[in-house]
Amino acid sequence: MKKDIEELQDVVIRFAGDSGDGMQLTGTQFTKTTAVLGNDIATLPDYPSEIRAPQGSLAGVSAFQINFSSRDIRTPGDDPNVLVAMNPAALKTSLKDLVEGGILVINEDAFNAQNLAKAGYATNPLEDSALSRYLVYRIPITTMTVSALKDSGISKKEMDRSRNFFALGLMFWLFQRPMDITVEWIRKKFSKDKNIAEANVLALTAGYNYGENAEVIKKHYRIAPAKNVPGTYRNITGNEAAALGFLTAAKLANTPLFYGSYPITPASDILHELSKHKNFGVLTLQAEDEIAAMGATIGASFAGLMALTGTSGPGLSLKSEAMGLAVMTELPMVIANVQRGGPSTGLPTKTEQSDLLQAMYGRHSECPLAVVAPATSADCFQMAVEAFRIAVKFMTPVIYLSDGYLANGTEPWRIPEIDSLPKIEVKHPTDPASFKPYARDEKTLSRPWAIPGTPGLEHRIGGLEKLNIQGTVSHDPANHDVMMHLRAEKIERIADHIPLQEVFGKPEGKVLVVGWGGTYGAITSAVEELQKEYSVSSIHIRYLNPFPKNLGEILSKFETIIVPELNLGQLAHLLRAKYLVEAISFPKVQGQPFKIREIIDGIKKIMETKGGSSWKI
Amino acid sequence: MEDLKNLPTLTRKDFVSSQEVRWCPGCGDYSILAQAQKTMADMGIPREKFVVVSGIGCSSRMPYYVNTYGFHTIHGRAPTVATGIKVANPDLNVWVVTGDGDSLSIGGNHTLHALRKNIDLKILLFNNQIYGLTKGQYSPTSELGKKTKSSPYGSVDYPLSPLSFAAGAGATFIARTLASDPVHMGEVMGQAAKHRGVAFVEILQNCVIFNDNAYGELTEKETRPERILQLEQGKPLVFGKDRKKGIRLNGLTPEIVELGDDVKESDLLVHDAGRAGLNYAFLLAEMESPFPIPIGIFHREDRPTLDQMIHAQVAQARKALGEGDLMKVFRSGEVWEVA
Ligand code: SF4
Repeated sequence: MKKDIEELQDVVIRFAGDSGDGMQLTGTQFTKTTAVLGNDIATLPDYPSEIRAPQGSLAGVSAFQINFSSRDIRTPGDDPNVLVAMNPAALKTSLKDLVEGGILVINEDAFNAQNLAKAGYATNPLEDSALSRYLVYRIPITTMTVSALKDSGISKKEMDRSRNFFALGLMFWLFQRPMDITVEWIRKKFSKDKNIAEANVLALTAGYNYGENAEVIKKHYRIAPAKNVPGTYRNITGNEAAALGFLTAAKLANTPLFYGSYPITPASDILHELSKHKNFGVLTLQAEDEIAAMGATIGASFAGLMALTGTSGPGLSLKSEAMGLAVMTELPMVIANVQRGGPSTGLPTKTEQSDLLQAMYGRHSECPLAVVAPATSADCFQMAVEAFRIAVKFMTPVIYLSDGYLANGTEPWRIPEIDSLPKIEVKHPTDPASFKPYARDEKTLSRPWAIPGTPGLEHRIGGLEKLNIQGTVSHDPANHDVMMHLRAEKIERIADHIPLQEVFGKPEGKVLVVGWGGTYGAITSAVEELQKEYSVSSIHIRYLNPFPKNLGEILSKFETIIVPELNLGQLAHLLRAKYLVEAISFPKVQGQPFKIREIIDGIKKIMETKGGSSWKI
Repeated sequence: MEDLKNLPTLTRKDFVSSQEVRWCPGCGDYSILAQAQKTMADMGIPREKFVVVSGIGCSSRMPYYVNTYGFHTIHGRAPTVATGIKVANPDLNVWVVTGDGDSLSIGGNHTLHALRKNIDLKILLFNNQIYGLTKGQYSPTSELGKKTKSSPYGSVDYPLSPLSFAAGAGATFIARTLASDPVHMGEVMGQAAKHRGVAFVEILQNCVIFNDNAYGELTEKETRPERILQLEQGKPLVFGKDRKKGIRLNGLTPEIVELGDDVKESDLLVHDAGRAGLNYAFLLAEMESPFPIPIGIFHREDRPTLDQMIHAQVAQARKALGEGDLMKVFRSGEVWEVA
C-alpha cells in the first residue's frame, strides 16, 4: 500500500512504559539509527529510582524522549509530538505533555482493568473522548507480537517481552528509518540465544510491516539530515564524554589515570566506562566509601598520577573534609560531581543544579578550589580535559560539576583528533639542591609536584598549616595569613588562563540571561526565540571558579540580569555577591530540566514586571 | 637489582628527619619511632622509596620525624591515602602509623577494608587505650568503666580487641608487640616489613600523661612472666616465672594448665602462625586476664595483594587488547560522517 509522506523539520518522540517494558533500550536504539541518518538529536532518559517499582504503577513508569531534527537543536524538546504509551500508567503520566494533534501510539492490550486501576483510571481513557484531540493509533501490540512469534520456539513470556521491538519497528516505519543497525545490535546482544535474537528481529520487522500495511496508518514522515559542522560524529552521553575526556587528559599529560570512587547514581557510569579501558593503564579502585575514594585520590595524586574521583551530591558532602586536605596539600586532582535532586537522598535519578554553592564553599574554613561545569553532553568531554589541565597547571583540586541531565542525555559529538589537542605539561622536580616543597611558580603560584621515589626530595606534607616555601609545619600567625591569601590568590589567577566569556547575541542591551551547566540548550533556544522581539542576550558560564575575567564587564552592559537555574538561585547569589548586580533568579526545582517555553515565559514575565515593553527592538 | 647492590648501607640515622620530636618525655612513642627507623634502614631499600602515612593523634606525628616521604593526613583516613599511594606506585614501601582512636573509631571502616583487601601496607597501631592528643578521653580500646575526662563516672563502652578485629577482617599478617620491649618490637617490625601484603601490628604503648601504667603488669619485671605469653613459631604455649604454665585446648576453649606429672608440654597448644584460617589468631587475640597476653606473630599467610591484582589486570588488558588507542575508543559504536 502506498502511503503519503510528510516532510517535517523536527520531531519529539517519547517512549513511555513500565520499567519492565524496555523503554530505555527502545529509545536508545531509535536514537542510534537516527544519529547515523544525520539528524541532529538530543535525548532525555527519565527513569524511576526504585529498583523495581510495582508493575503497572505510576511510580514505575520509565520514559525516554528524543528530539531529532533537520536543523541545529539544543534540547530533548519541550513536549513530545509523538507519545508511545505501553500501558495506562505511561499514558497517565505523559499525556499532559503531548502536544495538541500529536500522534499517540497505544498498546491496547495493556489497558485491562487491573492496569487501569493501578494507574488510577476509573474508566478506560480509550473509551471516552479524552483522546479525541490526538491522532490515536490503538494497536494490540502484545497480541500482534505474540502472533508474529508463534513459530519462534520461545516461551509465551519471552514473546510478550519482545513487544517493545514491535513498537520500535513501527516507529522506524513511521519516521522512515532503516532497521539494519538495530537488527545487527539484537543479533550481537542476544548471540547466546539465537531463538530470542531472531524472535526480537521478527517482532521488529512485524512492527515495521504493520506500519506499512495497516489501514489505520495513513502516512509517514521524513526528517532530512541536519547540516552539522563537517566531521566524524558519534552519539554520546555526558558521562561517556566525561570518561573519555578524563582518559584523554591522562593521555595528553602522558601520565596514567587513577579513578577512585564509590558507586552512586548518576555518576557510576563514569566508573563503568573507565573500568573498560584498563589497556590505557587506567587504575580503577572501587573504594569502601566516598571518603576513602577521596583519600585514595589524594594518595594517587601525591604519587604522581592523574587522580580522579567521581560522585554525586551526598558523596561530595562526605568528601568535603578530605577535599580540605587536598587544598592544604595543594595536589592536583579532579572531583567529578554529577548533581542530582537533593537534599539528602532526594531524587537520585533526577537532575538538579543545587550543588553549586557546595562546590564553591562546602568545606570548613577558607578552602578555595577551581570549579568548571560542562554546558552540554558533548561538552562534558572538553570540560573534563579542562579540569585536569587546570588541576595540573595550578596544583589544585578541581571540581567538575555536571548533572544528571547532561550525564544521561545524549547528543552527537564531533570526534576530535587527539593530535590536535594541546598537551598537558607535567613537571616533577628532581633537583634536591633547589627543591622546596612550598616554593611557588611566579605566574601560577603553584608549588612543585615532587613525587615519592625521587631521591633527595624526601619531604612531609599534611593537613597542618605549612610554612611558606619551606613546607614544614608552622603555627605562626603571620605565616597563616600569608598562606590563606596565597591559596585564594592562586585560584584567582586561574582566570588568566581560561577563555574569556562569550556572549550569545549583542554584547550590550537590556536583558542578559545568565546560565551555567545543563540548562545551556533550553536557555540558548529560549533567548534565540526572544531575540526576535526583545533586546536580550545570554551567556553560559563554564568556568565557575574563578569566573572569566570579563564577566563583570559583560554584566555591567545590561540593565537586567536574569538567572534561570535548577536550584533556588545559587548562581544569582554568587553574581550578586561578587559583582553587586541585581541578578534576578528564575528557579525551577522539580527534578526536571527547563523547557524552552518555560524560560521564554519566565523571562517575559520578569520583563513585564520590570516595565519591559520598552525593551522590544 | 644493580641499584640495590650499590646502595650504601643505611643506618637508623639516615631515617631521622631534622624535625624536633615533640612527644611528652617518657612517652612510649619514642621507642616505636626508633625501631621503625631501624627496621626501614635494615630493609635494603633506598630511603626515597618509603612513604609513611598517618592520621591524627599523638602517634600520627611520626611521619614528620622519619626522613622519608611522608603524609600526615586527617583523622582516620590514613589507610585511604596510603591505598592510593600504593596502588598508584606499587614500587613504594608504604607504612601507616595510627592510634586506637584513629584506626578503630573514626577510621574503623578504612582499617577494615585495608585489611580485607590485603593492600601491601605496613600498619603500626599504637594502642595506648586513650585519646592523648585531645587530652584524655576513653577510646575504643579502653576498658569498661574507665574513668577519664569524658567519663567521670566510668565509661559504658565495651572495648574492642584490635587483633580480633584484624582477624575478623582477614588480615594476612597479625602481630602484637610492646613499645617497652625494643628487641621484641624490632623483630616483629622486621617480620612485618618483609610480609608481602597487609601487615597489622598492634603495639602496646604507654601514655605517661593520660593513661600511665595501662600496661604496667605486662612490663614490670616481676609480673611480666605471668602476664605475657611470648609466641614462638613451632613452640608450645608456655609462660610463667618458671615456665611451668601452659595453654591447652579443651574442646574449642583454651585453658591454663600447670605443667607437671599430669600435663606434659606435648599436651599444649603449639604456636603456628601459618595455620590455615583465622580461628587460631582469633583465639589468641581474645585472650585477656586471667590469661596471659600473647605477643608475637599471631598469623601470616601469602595472598595476592590488591595493588598486585589491579596492576595485573592492567597488564592483562594490555596484552589482550594492545595498548589503548584513543581514536579507536572515540570511534567505537555507531559513527557517521558529515561532509
Ligand atoms: S599524650 Fe600520651 S601518647 Fe601523647 S605524646 Fe604524651 S605521653 Fe605520648
